[in-house]
Amino acid sequence: MNSNVIEKLKVLAGSAKFDVSCASSGVRRDNNGKGLGNAAAWGICHSFTEDGRCISLLKVMMTNYCIYDCAYCVSRRSNDIRRTSFSVKELVDVTIGFYRRNYIEGLFLSSGVIKNPDYTMERMVKVAKDLRQEHRFNGYIHLKAIPGAGEEQIRQAGLYADRLSVNIEIPTEPNLKFLAPDKSYKSIMTPMSVIHDKIAEYKSERKLFRNTPRYTPAGQSTQLIIGATADSDMDILNLSSSLYKEQQLKRVYYSGYLPVNSYDKRLPAIIEPPLKRENRLYQADWLFRFYHFEIHEIVNEKFPDLDLQFDPKMVWALRNPSFFPVDINRSDYETILRVPGIGTISAQKIIMARKHRKLSMGHLKKIGVVLKRAKYFITCNELPSITINEIKPENLRKMLLPESTKHVKKDQKTPYIQLSLFDDPVKKLKE
Amino acid sequence: MNLLLYDKTFEGFLSLIFYSYEYKVVPDKIADENMYQDEIFVSKYNITTCSEKAERVWKGILKKTSKNTCQEIYKVFLSEQEGIEMLLFNYMRLIIDSSSGIVDDYSNDIVLQVKNLHKKVIREAQRILMFIRFQRTDDDIYYASFEPLYNVLPLTINHFKNRFSDQKWIIYDVKRNYGFFYNLKGVDEVRFEMHRPGKVNKEILSNEELFFSDLWRSYYDSTNTKERKNLKLHKQFMPKRFWKYLPEKDILAS
Repeated sequence: MNSNVIEKLKVLAGSAKFDVSCASSGVRRDNNGKGLGNAAAWGICHSFTEDGRCISLLKVMMTNYCIYDCAYCVSRRSNDIRRTSFSVKELVDVTIGFYRRNYIEGLFLSSGVIKNPDYTMERMVKVAKDLRQEHRFNGYIHLKAIPGAGEEQIRQAGLYADRLSVNIEIPTEPNLKFLAPDKSYKSIMTPMSVIHDKIAEYKSERKLFRNTPRYTPAGQSTQLIIGATADSDMDILNLSSSLYKEQQLKRVYYSGYLPVNSYDKRLPAIIEPPLKRENRLYQADWLFRFYHFEIHEIVNEKFPDLDLQFDPKMVWALRNPSFFPVDINRSDYETILRVPGIGTISAQKIIMARKHRKLSMGHLKKIGVVLKRAKYFITCNELPSITINEIKPENLRKMLLPESTKHVKKDQKTPYIQLSLFDDPVKKLKE
Repeated sequence: MNLLLYDKTFEGFLSLIFYSYEYKVVPDKIADENMYQDEIFVSKYNITTCSEKAERVWKGILKKTSKNTCQEIYKVFLSEQEGIEMLLFNYMRLIIDSSSGIVDDYSNDIVLQVKNLHKKVIREAQRILMFIRFQRTDDDIYYASFEPLYNVLPLTINHFKNRFSDQKWIIYDVKRNYGFFYNLKGVDEVRFEMHRPGKVNKEILSNEELFFSDLWRSYYDSTNTKERKNLKLHKQFMPKRFWKYLPEKDILAS
């Protein structure tokens, strides 16, 4: 290997970074004592980029040559960029070399489409197969399933990979057709359903025959680009909730749109990526996966978009004052979870601690509840304090606005004017 | 005031608990036998470490509570914080003297302190799993060194033994000057006589080592998205004290 590989890696890692998924969790594979590596069920991050994202896997593209021309993609056919590809051996050697030094948990491999989806997929599967069979590599492997790839290729991929993912990218069908004319919803959804069916099939077979191989043990995930199209948060969240329910996806990732092809007039001109919106979508995603919320409670016809100033749970609380105050010492787990400022861990601790004594605000503070917000929504073992119902939601909203936005408002006010004795103050203010 | 002195090992600490219960001596202060100053008005007790007694205490605690809680006590002991012995003494007393279930009483100050410290120790151990970087030497040993906040190296050894079972490695705690060497069969504790710097000398690195660390550095640079820069978050996830051991953050190397 030589400096050539360094150059290739620069190009192919640079174009792979737009995939935000980097999870290495969800599967445990033990080392039988002869091979290299194992996979820890909780996943391990090994480094963090300067934008604060975890680096757990060697995230790289097999090639950035591509026959497709998707408007949002940096590797699209019509872009004039440096193109290169890795050989199977190069990729395997880099992965092993990194892994042995504890740089990474494993490999995340995606690829531009060369020739046709099946051919591309076969090459990717070859990398995974070599790692597993020739090098007895037990680390984590995430393969991207190429839209349009055939059933057999997908089946092969799942036998070596821990996780497969097919990126939907654009949340609604007409917009996908508009921005990525070579792709269709069908070409994306078919591989996804194949993976889903195969997982179920192998799982049920494994119950009967112990030596049935595991198929995609860490499940599948997908990614949606946020802000490249006019789709509302309701469209996006409805789509992801149906993916969680019907395709049993492990994760849906949201990626704020980066203007990589700003010359393309089909895309919006934006100054900076919609990071706040992305963050709120993840919070909403968490609410219906771990906090027992329903989608329509977070976004609905009346409020199709998430509030950027407050997190979705806070917004729900402000809209539903009649639900509060929640009695910390009596309410059940699900109810306590709905209090802004109390997360799953705090809620569990509260349930355990209150077996021993009645809890007061002091206890909650020590447990780790963010009282700054929570105090307006709860009653404890103390004299009742002032809650959202006395303050009224609209006033509470103003009170809890983050300091930074308050200051901005102050600055925007008309500046004070030094009044002089002889001028007409009203006239001067009007100026 | 009762001052109990012991040898700073976990076994010694368990022997101390045994002594305290056997002779009904409730400590007001527990200290290292090599590191204390004579005080006036103090009754001093020197505890001898005895593995039999330590085991009896350990088994006794196991009977009163779960395996997890026992592990928790051990891990919190590894934090080596000032006053940790008194905290753990009080915690174990709570466990021994009260009916079951006291360990989930998050409204109890002692329990909460132990839990919080436990969380910190676990987190530090996880950071070792994350941020250890091996350098391959020319005699084919993968070497990594670190300065963990707490004495967490023993907690991480199993992980590395399982993961890198087909390569020789050494993981060294520079701050406490001891480490572990895996020779493809088992793990031995090692101690270098001379003070060693954190990194392997360039002369004895294997040929490919520089290639891989360069490759890793350039990979690290190209995964960064400049438009989304967030240094505060970056430092929060990857504290600065680790940087000098990470090839991707080591400015001098590039």
